[in-house]
Amino acid sequence: MTSLETSQTDKPTRRISIDQVSRVEGHGKVTLLLDDEGHVHQARLHIVEFRGFERFIQGRPYWEVPVMVQRLCGICPVSHHLAASKALDVVVGATQLTPTAEKVRRLMHYGQMLQSHALHFFHLSSPDLLFGFDSEVSKRNVVGVVAAYPELATHGVLLRKFGQEVIRLTAGKRVHGTGSIPGGVNKSLTRAERDELLAALPDVLQWAREGVDLVKALHQKNTALYESFGLFRSSLLSLVGPGGRLEFYDGVIRARDADGQVMVDGIEPKNYRQHIEEEVKSWSYMKFPYLTALGPERGWYKVGPLARVQNCDFIHTPLAEAERQAFREAHGGQMVHAPLAYHWTRLIELLHAAEVIGELLRDDDLMGDALVVSGERVGEGVGIIEAPRGTLIHHYKVDSQDLVTMCNLIVSTTHNNQAMNEAIRSVAREYLDGHEPTEGLMNHLEVAIRAFDPCLSCATHAMGRMPLYVEVRDASGAVVGSATKSSR
Amino acid sequence: MSAPKRKLKVATTSLAGCFGCHMSLLDIDERILKLLELVELDRSPLTDIKHCGPCDLGLVEGGLCNAENVHVLREFRKQCKVLVAVGACAINGGLPAQRNHLDVRECLTSVYRTVPNDPELPLPLDHVHPINDVVRIDYSLPGCPPPADALWQFLTDFIAGRTPSLGHGLIHYD
Repeated sequence: MTSLETSQTDKPTRRISIDQVSRVEGHGKVTLLLDDEGHVHQARLHIVEFRGFERFIQGRPYWEVPVMVQRLCGICPVSHHLAASKALDVVVGATQLTPTAEKVRRLMHYGQMLQSHALHFFHLSSPDLLFGFDSEVSKRNVVGVVAAYPELATHGVLLRKFGQEVIRLTAGKRVHGTGSIPGGVNKSLTRAERDELLAALPDVLQWAREGVDLVKALHQKNTALYESFGLFRSSLLSLVGPGGRLEFYDGVIRARDADGQVMVDGIEPKNYRQHIEEEVKSWSYMKFPYLTALGPERGWYKVGPLARVQNCDFIHTPLAEAERQAFREAHGGQMVHAPLAYHWTRLIELLHAAEVIGELLRDDDLMGDALVVSGERVGEGVGIIEAPRGTLIHHYKVDSQDLVTMCNLIVSTTHNNQAMNEAIRSVAREYLDGHEPTEGLMNHLEVAIRAFDPCLSCATHAMGRMPLYVEVRDASGAVVGSATKSSR
Repeated sequence: MSAPKRKLKVATTSLAGCFGCHMSLLDIDERILKLLELVELDRSPLTDIKHCGPCDLGLVEGGLCNAENVHVLREFRKQCKVLVAVGACAINGGLPAQRNHLDVRECLTSVYRTVPNDPELPLPLDHVHPINDVVRIDYSLPGCPPPADALWQFLTDFIAGRTPSLGHGLIHYD
């Protein structure tokens, strides 16, 4: 069977689609081409929107940017808020933030990681896992979870609430706050705010542990499905922190191959361009990134929880580290590529985020009053962060008038573009090929996509200035032309 | 006497928005459990219902940036008795409308050189439009996003049959 990216058949085919993919953030659709016998010849996830943030950011004053770019995404605005701030720290010469600024930002970010992971698991994905991939449409949603598992649903809602409160108290607002600025933050925590969050923490840790236990139980109950559904092998990429620890706010880029061998490590964010390029395909507004050294065919990778938890050498908080070990042991120490394992690792990360929030809340630096620093002004900065969905890259150039002249964003979901396409092709081969595509079977494709927790709005805003290689194919898929555009 | 009270049907969608207004709706926190007792969700990013059926209320986040947004908005107007523009993008185009001073063709070609072009991709509009450029709207809830309490106030008023009215502190534009 072919890769299913582009149909190779001469037979007449019919098109079926999922329009739009639901219970994910943003606008995407899936199309399949089937022949008369129901064999799948093509399966694609299309990102159908184009917005152009990176273009209209040009000409704006740099200090507006952290507040503007977070409007890329309402689910993970803090990721863009902080990635932009980190890039612009470089521009304003803030090589070392004050301890208060760094810790307030970290707290904001881990709060976001917690709320986003809770939202994704409890509100969006758990219905598939609890009721079955082909369960009744009317029940297969958060309303169904509330009815069947009221306690679980309530804990999910309260976990998300806690993360959102952490964001509100550090950023000023739950969605699209203003707390982080180039060079630092504009507020620290009061003692009362700190104590309010600390008081809620024991419950949060308990609910987070229950979440991990639930996802483990789901895996154990149906191991064969969880280990094979949508399976494909790939490299993986993420930031890692000091000593190779799991780290979301700051670090260096590391990538491993499908067997777990480290391919690149220690790449400083400012050098990302030497290692990552993007390809354009005619059928999607979302680009396809790859490691330059390996090329577009072999160089693509996955990002996000499943990549991070396996890319790091350890987790520095005890509960999450014990769960990481349990995850490894359950898979015989082998690299795990099964998309449904994203859920398991996502909940390990949720637990880790709760533990780190606890660490930070016990640190009096959070209540300090040294908030902003600056230094020698430079013309360019890169900021990379691990957003809930994976590695997020922001890169800006700023002229002497303080106006942005260049903006390049590679968002988490874009890194997972090829991976998500591979996952739906795997599902199409296994479940749809030769079958009548019922609603339940079609939802299997969405289950595979949801595992990655895609944030399609983020991805549709992105329009990079990376070196591009474009292939033009005719209707049969044959390459009829190509063009290359190198970066400036 | 009156017939048993049926649940109000509510549909929600995000057009050219960021889902932040939907997040603000979820920011009513535990009250969401109460809300779900009072209303039935139709098409929404939270359900797998792909087309909007007849509804009492439609909440629309986001403006119009492509042909598909227009199509979905018309479906909502046709099916929903009351349609609400939720947030800055639905009301005036919001931040995505910053591209309106650019030429969309130039914008696309400068980025992709060979612009993605496939029957599956809806055509981008030359400008981002607020939703009342295309359909009549009944209410607007300002904010980027509107505060959770504003959404809650609106919904509880609406469900109770009162004319929705936002009190002090619930109308702001940031």
